[in-house]
Amino acid sequence: MHRSARRGLAIASTIALLISAAGCSGDDGSGPGGGSVPGVTDSEIVVGTHMPLTGPASAGYSKIAPATKAYFDYVNANGGVHGRKITYKIMDDGYNPANTQQVVRQLVLQDKVFAVLNGLGTPTHTGVLDFLKSNRVPDLFVASGSRSWDQPDKYPGTFGFNPDYTVEGKILATYAKANLAGQKVCFLGQDDDFGRDSLVGVEKVLGATGVAVKQTYVTSNTNVAPQIGAFKAAGCQVVVLATVPGFTALSIGTAARLGFKPQWLVSNVGADYPTLAKQLGTAAPLLEGMVGTNYLPMQNDTANPWIQLFAKINKTHNGDAPFDGNTVYGMSVGYLFVQVLLAAGKDLTREKVLQTVQKGGFQGPGLVPLRFSANDHSGYGGQRLSRVTGGVQSYFGPAYETDEADGPVNEYTATPVAPPANGVPTVS
Amino acid sequence: MSATRAAVPPKQRPADAGDRPVDRRRGSTLLRHLAIMLAAGLLLVGVSYAVEPFRNFQLATVAAYLCATAGLTVLTGLNGQLSLGHGALMATGAYTVAFCQNAFADRGMTGGWLLPLSLGAAVLGTVAVGAVVGVAAARLRGPYLAGVTLAVAVVVPALAVTFDGVFNGEQGLSVPVEPPPVSLGPYFPYERWQLWLTGAATLLALLLLANLIRSRYGRTFRAVRDDEVAARLAGIHVARTQVLAFVVSAATAGLGGALLAVLAQSVSPGAFSLTLSLFLLMAVVIGGLGRLTGALWGAVLLVALPDLTHSLTEMLTLSPAVAQRMEGNLPLAIFGITLIVVMIAAPGGVQGLLSRLGRALLARWSARRS
Amino acid sequence: MDRFVFLTIDGLSRGAVYAAFALALVLIWRAARVVNFAQGAMAVAAAYVAYTVSAQTGSYWLGFVVAIVAGLLLGALVDRAVMRYVDHTSPLNPVIVALGLVLLIQAVLGMVYGSEFRPAEAPFSRSALTVGGLAVLSPYDLFVFATIGVVVVGLAWIFARTAVGLRMRAAAFAPEVSRLLGVNVGGMLTLGWALASGVGALAAMLVIPTELGLHPHAMDLVFVSAFTAAVVGGLDSPPGAVVGGLVVGLLLSYVSGYAGSDLTPLAVLVLLLAVLLVRPGGLFAPVAARRV
Repeated sequence: MHRSARRGLAIASTIALLISAAGCSGDDGSGPGGGSVPGVTDSEIVVGTHMPLTGPASAGYSKIAPATKAYFDYVNANGGVHGRKITYKIMDDGYNPANTQQVVRQLVLQDKVFAVLNGLGTPTHTGVLDFLKSNRVPDLFVASGSRSWDQPDKYPGTFGFNPDYTVEGKILATYAKANLAGQKVCFLGQDDDFGRDSLVGVEKVLGATGVAVKQTYVTSNTNVAPQIGAFKAAGCQVVVLATVPGFTALSIGTAARLGFKPQWLVSNVGADYPTLAKQLGTAAPLLEGMVGTNYLPMQNDTANPWIQLFAKINKTHNGDAPFDGNTVYGMSVGYLFVQVLLAAGKDLTREKVLQTVQKGGFQGPGLVPLRFSANDHSGYGGQRLSRVTGGVQSYFGPAYETDEADGPVNEYTATPVAPPANGVPTVS
Repeated sequence: MSATRAAVPPKQRPADAGDRPVDRRRGSTLLRHLAIMLAAGLLLVGVSYAVEPFRNFQLATVAAYLCATAGLTVLTGLNGQLSLGHGALMATGAYTVAFCQNAFADRGMTGGWLLPLSLGAAVLGTVAVGAVVGVAAARLRGPYLAGVTLAVAVVVPALAVTFDGVFNGEQGLSVPVEPPPVSLGPYFPYERWQLWLTGAATLLALLLLANLIRSRYGRTFRAVRDDEVAARLAGIHVARTQVLAFVVSAATAGLGGALLAVLAQSVSPGAFSLTLSLFLLMAVVIGGLGRLTGALWGAVLLVALPDLTHSLTEMLTLSPAVAQRMEGNLPLAIFGITLIVVMIAAPGGVQGLLSRLGRALLARWSARRS
Repeated sequence: MDRFVFLTIDGLSRGAVYAAFALALVLIWRAARVVNFAQGAMAVAAAYVAYTVSAQTGSYWLGFVVAIVAGLLLGALVDRAVMRYVDHTSPLNPVIVALGLVLLIQAVLGMVYGSEFRPAEAPFSRSALTVGGLAVLSPYDLFVFATIGVVVVGLAWIFARTAVGLRMRAAAFAPEVSRLLGVNVGGMLTLGWALASGVGALAAMLVIPTELGLHPHAMDLVFVSAFTAAVVGGLDSPPGAVVGGLVVGLLLSYVSGYAGSDLTPLAVLVLLLAVLLVRPGGLFAPVAARRV
């Protein structure tokens, strides 16, 4: 056969194959849409998320989306929302922004999701902001404390959830200023927006000269001995950590073997006691006295009605997975989303959901207020401090609220609400 | 023979890895390739109307990866140089296009000719980087070359974090891209436009590559791969040839990265990690090393295999406890097994397998005719 | 000065582990001309087995021994069940198969153990002993140095002084001739894989307690450093792997201590270029490349 003809044939057959492949999958890919609102039928609401379920960054995070799904399954078992069941499509992006591009397009264009909920990660989610905006997909409760989600003018459909890193830095620094006055404060942060924004918050309270030694780490280098050694050499007494859980444990472990015992003040990102204790193993007593922050009920507070509810759902709908801060987080996201769906009414549209979130007024498990309004899309606006005593992490003192700018750090005194009796929110 | 010399890939290769005799037939190679590409382009336009937006985007991604895999297969398959650093070269192209597009947008410049300009700049920028790496690479063989290119693959994303003032760290840069031209109508699907853009750029790159392979340069590439000493005796400047191959390969990798950035409308270091470089290498070998059609299969697999394995896993209904363990991991396991099985069953890759099948069918057909 | 001593010791103790891991790579390269990209994943799998055994029995040392045995068996298994069937005429085929193995092993570990970090215990204290007010080695560092010293000397002894070692070298260097002389070449290859994988498992047991903990990806970064070390030293040279490992360990420590940890990848690239542009076959290349 003529060579060029053969090659032409090869290309043609390739493309024909592609078409047929695309054609086949095109049929089942038309999704549950059908109606005018993508992802919504009379009996179902389809939402999706992107999460690292595999890869080096998956530790801990891989448990969030299953917990959210478990909460939705619980709600579905109790009749759903306005008679509709929630289907939660969890896509693994391995914390790789290139994969996020693919899976989010698959969710939106092929699975025709109604909204993207709780997409995780700053570098991953930043890449799909524009795509979600141009497709008018509600982008709710992004799982990261970056300030990028709070840009109502640029991204009207995007809302945050976590308190941003600057808010957190301000609250940790306020604690240091009030209770550890005169001590030398040092800072270790991840070399990205997490570490940077957190340091901004710390310096807003302590002043530009208030932090004696500033060090950074990169996740691709698991030796923090040089940084911790520098803290020890400088005689730091308080170390603020803007670190992911792995590096919190690593920093505390490294400090112990260098004979360095400062007061640790740890970002909520890396302060979940069960996660840290599990990683440190027999060295877990090193966590004694660690001060952390959080804004959701503490996972070990079995007297808290929210924890009772979530633990029950974890048992019945989540395969009784180990219960930790990530589980509480995932279920809290689910609860808030169900609240929003309920408040948006039976006649569900994307515009209505966005308006509903902007209207705000949602009260749930959180200890601090959610700051949703027309010009604020930032999510939780404060945190409460916790301390590890006798191997138990518990809250102390009041909850604080503040903003990411120069506003003061105020106590937040409103009493927390209890969950509804059957665990499913009702229209208020 | 010294140990370092032994590290050079052995000379025996799959019988059809681009070692075909020089084409002596009359007729212009360029015209023939042009006709094939034109046909492919027309088909692509047809396909873009036949399938839904997500498939359009996937095909566009295939096209972007194809640029990179085609360049890598020329370097590794035809010139015998191993590169674990093509992800870094793609990042170079991606960031260049981001800088250009942002610069144009900041100055309020608009027009259809800006994007080709940015893509051209991306290719040039990557060529410069590729030339530097290529000069170093020309001195190295086998695993030593792999070591240096692997280090390049790790360094480039890390630089984006180190110089975060310029590159905006892990978060990366956004790439402003203009909507489809108004002349296509107000409701022209954006994904179809993306496929047209990347498809056109990729076909152009493939056309140039195909001609290069058939030219004198292509022959010197292969000569250097097969026997450096003989090539040198035949008057071929080995180092220069190797640098040239690296530069050509870098140019297409840069274009591929730039197209990916345009597709994603953003660029961040996490998308160009070492994993990407390794996946590109897997793609060209699985597709069939040294053949542009092999590069096509590789690019298709890069996009289709994760999707397929995911759909496969979704069909299983599992209890929550089991599902939590399987989710994400099962697709990876299937992916891994596929790589191993294909490599063992068809060492020449998909294209080698198809060629074998094709030849067998052809033989049977002609046997029946005679 | 204190800081310099501190960084030096820190670098040496990591470098020792890189050296052991690089040694494992060199073993397979010499035996089979394959750069085993699956080395890290295989070593992690062995470490997970050790974790399970230690958790069940409460004995670190039993787990330690089991890890090495598991490493040996896994190496033999990979050779017998997978690598033997791979077409080695193109050097890239085994590399791709190894990458496939990485994906498969990590996925299976993720399914069985989940993607959480598991605590990895160190058998000795990691707190540094102080001599004259200067914090020097920790007992664990001493354990690492001693273990790796034993491995290096043991391997040298096997290859230089024992009949099996001689056969392995012969089988790798001249398989056809060796086969004619009655050497079981296939068996020697399997033995080479087993040995290398056992050494890799040992290195993983030593390094994982100093890192984030046990995780399917725990050895990814160590693999990159160790591969660099092997290349710097020269893939054909076991002493080169040891020197390369120590050099890379020191470099990483000094650069993150004095310049910032984000610059370490750049420093590694500069080291590689500096060494390889002068000696394209690594520091310990036996013979300079032939030029025409």
